[in-house]
Amino acid sequence: MWDYTEKVREHFFNPRNAGLLEGANAIGDVGSIQCGDALRLMLKVDTADERILDARFQTFGCGSAIASSSALTEIVKGKTLDEALKVSNQEIADYLDGLPPEKMHCSVMGREALQAAVANYRGETWIDDHEEGAMVCKCFAVDSVLIEDVVRANNLTTVEQVTNYTKAGGGCSSCHEGIEEILAKVSAERCTAPIPAPEPVAQPMTFHPSVPSAEAPVAEVPATPTAKPKLTNFQRMRKIEETIESVRPMLQRDHGDIEVVEIDGKNIFVNLKGACQGCMMEQATLAGIQEQLIEALGEFVQLLPASYLAMSPRR
Amino acid sequence: MNPIYLDNNATTACDPAVVEAMLPFFTEQFGNASSMHSFGNKVALALKEARTNVQQLLGAEFDTEIIFTSCGTESDSTAILSALKAQPERNQIITTVVEHPAILSLCDYLEKEGYVVHRLKVDKKGRLDLDEYKSLLSPRTAIVSVMWANNETGTLFPVEQMAAMARSVGAMFHSDAVQAVGKVPIDLKKTKIDMLSLSGHKLHAPKGIGVLYLRRNTRFRPLLRGGHQERGRRAGTENSASIVGLGKAAELAMQHMDFENNEVKRLRDKLEAGILAQVPHAFVTGDPANRLPNTANIAFEYVEGEAILLLLNKQGIAASSGSACTSGSLEPSHVMRAMGIPYTAAHGTIRFSLSRYNTEEEIDRVIAAVPPIIAQLRKLSPYWSENGPASQENAFAPAYA
Repeated sequence: MWDYTEKVREHFFNPRNAGLLEGANAIGDVGSIQCGDALRLMLKVDTADERILDARFQTFGCGSAIASSSALTEIVKGKTLDEALKVSNQEIADYLDGLPPEKMHCSVMGREALQAAVANYRGETWIDDHEEGAMVCKCFAVDSVLIEDVVRANNLTTVEQVTNYTKAGGGCSSCHEGIEEILAKVSAERCTAPIPAPEPVAQPMTFHPSVPSAEAPVAEVPATPTAKPKLTNFQRMRKIEETIESVRPMLQRDHGDIEVVEIDGKNIFVNLKGACQGCMMEQATLAGIQEQLIEALGEFVQLLPASYLAMSPRR
Repeated sequence: MNPIYLDNNATTACDPAVVEAMLPFFTEQFGNASSMHSFGNKVALALKEARTNVQQLLGAEFDTEIIFTSCGTESDSTAILSALKAQPERNQIITTVVEHPAILSLCDYLEKEGYVVHRLKVDKKGRLDLDEYKSLLSPRTAIVSVMWANNETGTLFPVEQMAAMARSVGAMFHSDAVQAVGKVPIDLKKTKIDMLSLSGHKLHAPKGIGVLYLRRNTRFRPLLRGGHQERGRRAGTENSASIVGLGKAAELAMQHMDFENNEVKRLRDKLEAGILAQVPHAFVTGDPANRLPNTANIAFEYVEGEAILLLLNKQGIAASSGSACTSGSLEPSHVMRAMGIPYTAAHGTIRFSLSRYNTEEEIDRVIAAVPPIIAQLRKLSPYWSENGPASQENAFAPAYA
């Protein structure tokens, strides 16, 4: 059960100004049925001085959504539209003695309904304002403008907070990067101190299918291997074994493995095992290991699947 | 007014007889079952009796097929990870989209680790397509994990038939049966099910105790290694008091099996019919003809579940909801979404799950309480006007929707 304040409970159990408002001349419909919240705010505005004479709401939503709507109508009554537009989502939450962080989006919805209702009264199209922003969170249909506004207004610094306030990022998580970019942008504006530049990311040696490296196929070998003193046969075999051993943990991490079957001149025959076997990225894996071997041995070698052994003329 | 507890699929009250059976194991019977002295021996004998009771409840052929664990989730993880470790030549998992997170989260993780996970879809009534299942079974299938009954709708799955199909390709079959054990008869020795999970607190035993059924001769790798407890298949000193409690609960469940499937079912049906007769635009989710005897999941259109729960709670009635707002995940129940329930209804689903302790008088009270709550909330809903959903021209179409 959520930790609702007494005020939230009270406004949920006895909502103020619920139901249709006859003669409303400003109506704001906002929300998303997908996330379970939707709100219609109805205002009766005095056309002479734009003062809100009466306000009512209808809400499809949880306890805090209904309480936030109730609070909103109480707050805006008697205000002029311009005064009402200054009401922030934080004020709605404060009016209720606070909302659980996960439920802050209910107060954000209240503020949006207010903006939509004012736009409706003034004959503006409020939604246009919103379509300027790119859709960031597809799960909950939250765009970049809204996220940016909420981040600014509430001094948010983490993705988790953004999710609590806007729901953005609360679904499939695929937009977390996008939200982080917005956070970084806003924080860059706010903060005069230079932000440390991101460290150059070292290119990891990857043999994993999920990180396809479009490296050259096996046949193509990078030129100019560094010249190294010639190794004895034994030393060479040891070197090959060491190099193979060093890459095995990486393959094992992905449930694969490799073993050397035969060394025939510049041809090294290996068996790929486990998940590596028949893996689509087999070629890329072999190419990557081949490069390491060339580096270690200081000579051209070719890494081949053991199945080629039968086809290769034996010396 | 006495509170009414209709959330028994979440957890159940410990039966007083279970508590009584457990108490000595917190005091004089404190011994370690592994010890050579009489302190330990008495405990070991009590554990043996509990094991036999669980064996009988599950219809297992041998008592050694019962492994005590800490919970249903541990049993699920042990089963799936064991099947993968023991069969390195097989790298595929088949499960369903409506499993408990104990299975789904693990499978998501394993998928990232490189395993192939197939998730069987369900139709509008939450039923599986066995042709789809058959087409996915292959010599690469390591394990199939399908719940015996769904926790939200109570829908029963044809696990016995599916286990036989899995066996035909040499795959292991596991069932998360935490919702079914104690509510429907189970006779594992007559099935091809290799592994099964149960959780004590779903059948009036305490929390913190579970069981993994492991068919004799099933290849196995333990999750927890250490001492020789549970024959080395689950190391760690036995939770003796809880095991004894679960044994007692299993005994009681067997005694009440007929009651559960007749009397509890009758009350569930009465509750459901009573509510649906009074509330328009409400329907039962899942497969009503084929489900647990204690579960009723009703979708109330155009209202939101958390609001319903709060108002029910005010009257001392406890139930649960598939609504997004109750989960903290901000998304409505994955089970409701998988069945294609419209959002306006999925957010308003309420699960009433009964137990043998519920009375006729309680059910009557709930039948009386629900309709006014729904009416009250619909009056607040922008999707509703007067006596029905808002008509086309007045239809509520919020920005963002």
